[in-house]
Amino acid sequence: MNQGDLSGEYGRWKSGPYAKTCARFPERKERFEGSSGIEVKPLYTPLDVEQVDYVNDLGFPGEYPYTRGVQPTMYRGRFWTMRQYAGFATAEESNRRYKYLLEQGQTGLSVAFDLPTQIGYDSDHELSAGEVGKVGVAIDSLADMETLFDGIPLDKVSTSMTINAPASMLLAMYIAVAEKQGVFANKLNGTIQNDILKEYAARGTYIFPPKPSMRLITNIFEYCSTAVPRWNTISISGYHIREAGATAVQEVAFTLADGIAYVKAAVDAGLDVDDFGPRLSFFFNAHNDLLEEVAKFRAARRLWARIMRDRFGAKDPKSMQLRFHTQTAGCTLTAQQPDNNIVRVTLQALAAVLGGTQSLHTNSRDEALALPSQDSVRIALRTQQIIAYESGVADTIDPLAGSYYIEALTDEIERAAADYIRRIDEIGGAPAAIERGFIQAEIEESAYRYQMEIESGDRTIVGLNDFQIEEDRPSGLLKVDPAVGDLQCRKLAQLRAERDNAAVEASLAALEHAASGSDNLMPYILDAVRAYATLGEMCGVLRGVFGEYKPTVAY
Amino acid sequence: MDEGRKIRVLVAKPGLDGHDRGAKVVARALRDAGMEVIYTGLRQTPEQIVAAAIQEDVDVVAMSILSGAHNYLFPRVMQLLRERGVDDVLVVGGGIIPDEDIPGLKECGIAEVFTPGASTADTVKFIRENIKR
Amino acid sequence: MDWQEIVSRALARDIRAVSRLISIVEDRRSGFENAYAAIYPHTGRAHVIGITGPPGSGKSTLVDKMAAEYRGRGKTVGIVAVDPTSPFTGGALLGDRLRMQRHSLDDGVFIRSMGTRGHLGGVSRATSGVVDVLDAAGYDYVLIETVGVGQSEVEIASLADTVALVQVPGLGDDIQVIKAGVMEIGDVFVVNKKDRPGVERVVAEIRMALDLAGNASGRVRAYSGHHGPTAASAAGAVATTEVTPWRPPILQTMAESGEGVAEVCDMCDVHMCRLTEDGTLVERRLRRAKSETMQIASDLIWRGLADDPRTLEAAEGLARKVAQREMDPYVAGRSLRELIVN
Repeated sequence: MNQGDLSGEYGRWKSGPYAKTCARFPERKERFEGSSGIEVKPLYTPLDVEQVDYVNDLGFPGEYPYTRGVQPTMYRGRFWTMRQYAGFATAEESNRRYKYLLEQGQTGLSVAFDLPTQIGYDSDHELSAGEVGKVGVAIDSLADMETLFDGIPLDKVSTSMTINAPASMLLAMYIAVAEKQGVFANKLNGTIQNDILKEYAARGTYIFPPKPSMRLITNIFEYCSTAVPRWNTISISGYHIREAGATAVQEVAFTLADGIAYVKAAVDAGLDVDDFGPRLSFFFNAHNDLLEEVAKFRAARRLWARIMRDRFGAKDPKSMQLRFHTQTAGCTLTAQQPDNNIVRVTLQALAAVLGGTQSLHTNSRDEALALPSQDSVRIALRTQQIIAYESGVADTIDPLAGSYYIEALTDEIERAAADYIRRIDEIGGAPAAIERGFIQAEIEESAYRYQMEIESGDRTIVGLNDFQIEEDRPSGLLKVDPAVGDLQCRKLAQLRAERDNAAVEASLAALEHAASGSDNLMPYILDAVRAYATLGEMCGVLRGVFGEYKPTVAY
Repeated sequence: MDEGRKIRVLVAKPGLDGHDRGAKVVARALRDAGMEVIYTGLRQTPEQIVAAAIQEDVDVVAMSILSGAHNYLFPRVMQLLRERGVDDVLVVGGGIIPDEDIPGLKECGIAEVFTPGASTADTVKFIRENIKR
Repeated sequence: MDWQEIVSRALARDIRAVSRLISIVEDRRSGFENAYAAIYPHTGRAHVIGITGPPGSGKSTLVDKMAAEYRGRGKTVGIVAVDPTSPFTGGALLGDRLRMQRHSLDDGVFIRSMGTRGHLGGVSRATSGVVDVLDAAGYDYVLIETVGVGQSEVEIASLADTVALVQVPGLGDDIQVIKAGVMEIGDVFVVNKKDRPGVERVVAEIRMALDLAGNASGRVRAYSGHHGPTAASAAGAVATTEVTPWRPPILQTMAESGEGVAEVCDMCDVHMCRLTEDGTLVERRLRRAKSETMQIASDLIWRGLADDPRTLEAAEGLARKVAQREMDPYVAGRSLRELIVN
């Protein structure tokens, strides 16, 4: 049957049996849509993918444009890294949780830091009151970092650190801890998130204004390209943008726009795109609409490959490969009937795997209420393991390829995201778009619409606005001991008494001087870190030179 | 155009928490319900929140916090309001706040805590029914 | 607290009382007329500066920095930040304070956010009442920041002693500079974000528009003094019979870093000096008083009408005829007036 015949046949079916059934039993909704407002049709056929050229648009795993995966064997060679984000209270407690997770079969570490650490304040700073150890581990100095990784061989694990504004300092601490273990920096594997643009747009843990922040980021790219070559120097993040309310298309568009800004900044600073391109990595969200998410990941891969090759002239294939970590969507977890979250996370994790993620964090069922308990985090890990070992989806590469719906949707998401990127380019790039509030406004609009859909009943959240039950609140939730704050303050006092304060002063002075100039700051930061300068002290120096970021957009 | 008394609400983000999706969605919903909403932005100390509440003569202070620091920051705001003699403001909170912490917060004067899953319609209704005028 | 106590505390700059008094005046709560009568004699001392410009021009940041600058000079500052009220819901998102929150712990700065409450001009009628409260409470400066869209800019002119118009290069709207009526009300022009490309062109366009406005309208603000406005000439100004027009200075700033802000403050001060020296201030305030009095009278008349069901009914009937083209609006309007007057 040729396409002409097919078109006729489709028309016959649509206006015939389909229309007749709709007339008698109307469909559940007037219009079906994914998260991005893209219409979901009743049926997809070869007619929807006529424009798809297998070789140029899909290609083969490990080959440009990487739509089907960045690596030729994907999960047949090795499963994605099972990397559960963890960290809370003190370094000692977090260390215990890391060891537990490694014992239970987790294959990489992921460190969560508390807010004072993320924002460059010591635990005894006025603004840290009440916040120490609450959303992650409190790290005030190299001493805490040593405790955090005590007994964990840094040449054997890969560690991802969710740290942005002070990423240079936490990376320096990690390098220093490795030194003490006798592990050279060039053997270290891991990632720092180091994505400041999304902090301004969606996550809020910024410190310095954009220009000096970009300088720190490019300093890290440059330093690591020779000294820590296996390190992923940035994890360009869409997860938080999605959590803030963005749609799937916006998640791709704004993340890649941020990526473009980082590449441009590094190139403008004199680096060759292929010097740092291979070490860029991404971080996406795995949300509810399983099929849209799979299409989203494929679209992102293809779009980035095209951007790196055509816009930035990358030559190294590794520069064109969008490698990413995924976390299942925290914002979809409900406090009501928390066990349902296990099911949600399973579907979301499945989407990430079918989408070809390189590493995955699955949320725990109790995370709408608190940081995960040990039992809950174990179930989250088992979710990944069951998908890997029991479901069969990892046994062939990009299994959903060729689905008329998936390919049509992949194309549509790529097109819509590229459109957004064009608009952002017209404004002057992601930094300008953030300064104007354009990206934030788009996100807020989507967030508001989503909430109104829930409240009007247009969108059903099981257990929340439908299928509710009378329930007791769960027990056994993790509680962070409020005494953690006092404990950290005591540790700080002890540190300050025992270290060589003259060396600290000297290293801070050198850092301040270098910050006012144009040197790469990493060596100066390493010196200060080794002398046991605290995070607050180092960031305080840089705050003095760079100033602090002041948001100017309210709504 | 109704020139009647508007309900003025201060939406505040105390502490270091940078997640403002909830605060902004609530702010918009309150605006759509006809209220005047002043948003403080991120990283507000209890002192700043109370100073703004007084200068803006708000009827409601709505604080959003997802970082777990509510047991320290909310009571501090209530204490400062008391010290300044402000007793006619309705104070509510929202975010990631475990059920077991809610009685303690209510005891120090937080009128209601809106936890995940609460609808903006509930918040609007609560405010309309409970402002102290 | 009854209104008398609130007034006496507000006049002593008790923050809570000032705040409550503002609400009473803004909402026209019971007792407001008495309260207003009590504070009005204390007004007229503050230098009222209106700051307006298109969205994205950095007004709030400029206001924030100006407040800091004036505080550094030992002065106290009241700030009124006006944002649009939604005509559909009656609510408003008041987001200017966010850029100035660092001043919230300084007793010498008072920040109040307001909605426009459906006032077509964009600056609410109540703004002038709020400004008066801050004036009476003793703040040296009252800065009014408004949405700079159309009518509102012209309305501030009637409230403020000095109007600062803020522009930015590259917002893609050259017309913003040359809108009718806008040029006439600016006493000081500020081109903000001066590091952006196109700044020279904006300055040139403003200069050109000022020349046109100065020649065409013939509206010359009389000031004494020989040359253009400089701090030196203001300091050494001698009242003469010669009258030269105030040439609004065009200043360039980077509000975010504070660059150029001190000069904006200086120019506003110089402008005030000039106004005071030659009596223009008195003339302007007279004009303002007249327009306010008439506005209030007309409002009262209109309110009376709008509340009367007979008038409403008649208006309905006339409107139907107009809509059906049986009558034109002028005839209808005159009919309604006849009805009311008799």
